[in-house]
Amino acid sequence: MIDKFKDNVHEAVADIPDGATVLVGGFGGAGHPTELLHALLEQGARDLTMVSNNAGNHEVGLAALIKAERVRKMICSFPRASHSYVFNQFYAEGRIELECVPQGTIAERLHAAGAGLGGFYTRTGYGTELAAGKEVREIDGHGYVFERPLHADYALVLAEKGDRWGNLTYNKTARNFGPVMCQAAKTTIVQVKQKVALGELDPEVIVTPGIFVQRVVVVSNPQFSS
Amino acid sequence: MQKLTRIQMAARLAKDIPAGSYVNIGIGLPELVANHLDPADEILLHSENGMLGMGPAAEPGEENHELINAGKRPVTLLTGGAFFGHVDSFAMMRGGHLDLCIMGGMQVSQRGDLANWSLGRKGEPPAVGGAMDLSVGARKVFILMEHNAKDGTPKLVESCTLPLTGLGVVHRVYTDLAIVDITPKGFLLREKLVDISDEELRACTGAPLHFADDR
Repeated sequence: MIDKFKDNVHEAVADIPDGATVLVGGFGGAGHPTELLHALLEQGARDLTMVSNNAGNHEVGLAALIKAERVRKMICSFPRASHSYVFNQFYAEGRIELECVPQGTIAERLHAAGAGLGGFYTRTGYGTELAAGKEVREIDGHGYVFERPLHADYALVLAEKGDRWGNLTYNKTARNFGPVMCQAAKTTIVQVKQKVALGELDPEVIVTPGIFVQRVVVVSNPQFSS
Repeated sequence: MQKLTRIQMAARLAKDIPAGSYVNIGIGLPELVANHLDPADEILLHSENGMLGMGPAAEPGEENHELINAGKRPVTLLTGGAFFGHVDSFAMMRGGHLDLCIMGGMQVSQRGDLANWSLGRKGEPPAVGGAMDLSVGARKVFILMEHNAKDGTPKLVESCTLPLTGLGVVHRVYTDLAIVDITPKGFLLREKLVDISDEELRACTGAPLHFADDR
């Protein structure tokens, strides 16, 4: 019998090693897997590369990991936000590396990784400093930049409901990077607000099919930080 | 000469959006445009974080922290609206499915180059978000910005000196003085929005400003 549920968040993240590349879902506070990140903090892994749209807020979740000096590098589209003072300070002091990637290019690089593609050409970023050093070509009169897939060891994602096969639904704009991050990581770990019995999710509304999910853990009332 | 207020600028731009358009409105000044749309026009707003048919800001006490806009503020969803993930959201942008995007600007060049994401300051983390994707993807790109920076420096320029968002991507600029189109020969005045002479307007503009022959 397939049962992807773990008893608690600590068990779910126990094997993440030093030096891992970890995808972190969420856009602002919506979809930020705070409890999985706090479990990773307690677990002690360091020298991590974290991929996330933002760089954490206040001193919660991703920001807590950065503050504890566990993160070597952030791959991020919008690290600078009103409450991202931990990242800002580390960056200003040269204590953390940043790869700034356009938001849609992060999404599509993850998609390429999850879909087995060797990369893609995009108009996004052409002629800008974010394309510096990258291969470019002209297609139908427009300049395009070649972008490589973004593979990861783990993904930490927040979803709404999950069953023991790992089928998931999301809530409103908390979906954001969740589905594509589930595809892009070797091991995807999801915190769901609600565990449901197999068959309870309408097959027509399952957003992430369980094949993309390796572990699920219930966190009924996740902490929110904007 | 009285310049337009930010609200007047947003209201003027809003008048030019055709009914039934799919539109992405950037954070900052462009957000004000949403307050001047007629619901009967069914102009559907796209939010990069996975929403089409975005409604007004949530009423106090009705906020849902999992229903936010690109500026991370609580909003609502119109009846008929939809949620989706980032791959679909950015396919809508890059794939040319949005009729229009409205962004703020720091500089726009006479060739339509846009700079609006970075002041290039050392020690300050660069943060691009979805600006580059939007600039290349939407069928039309309108920039809503003051004609001149606070110190008077023109924001309509020959060549951008700030880090670029996109090359040759801007179609039209709405400022607190005028509406200016980007054409193959450069900046073309479309409409004056205040009582200003041709000479004064040219003096406020950092590159040649052309006037239509039939004016």
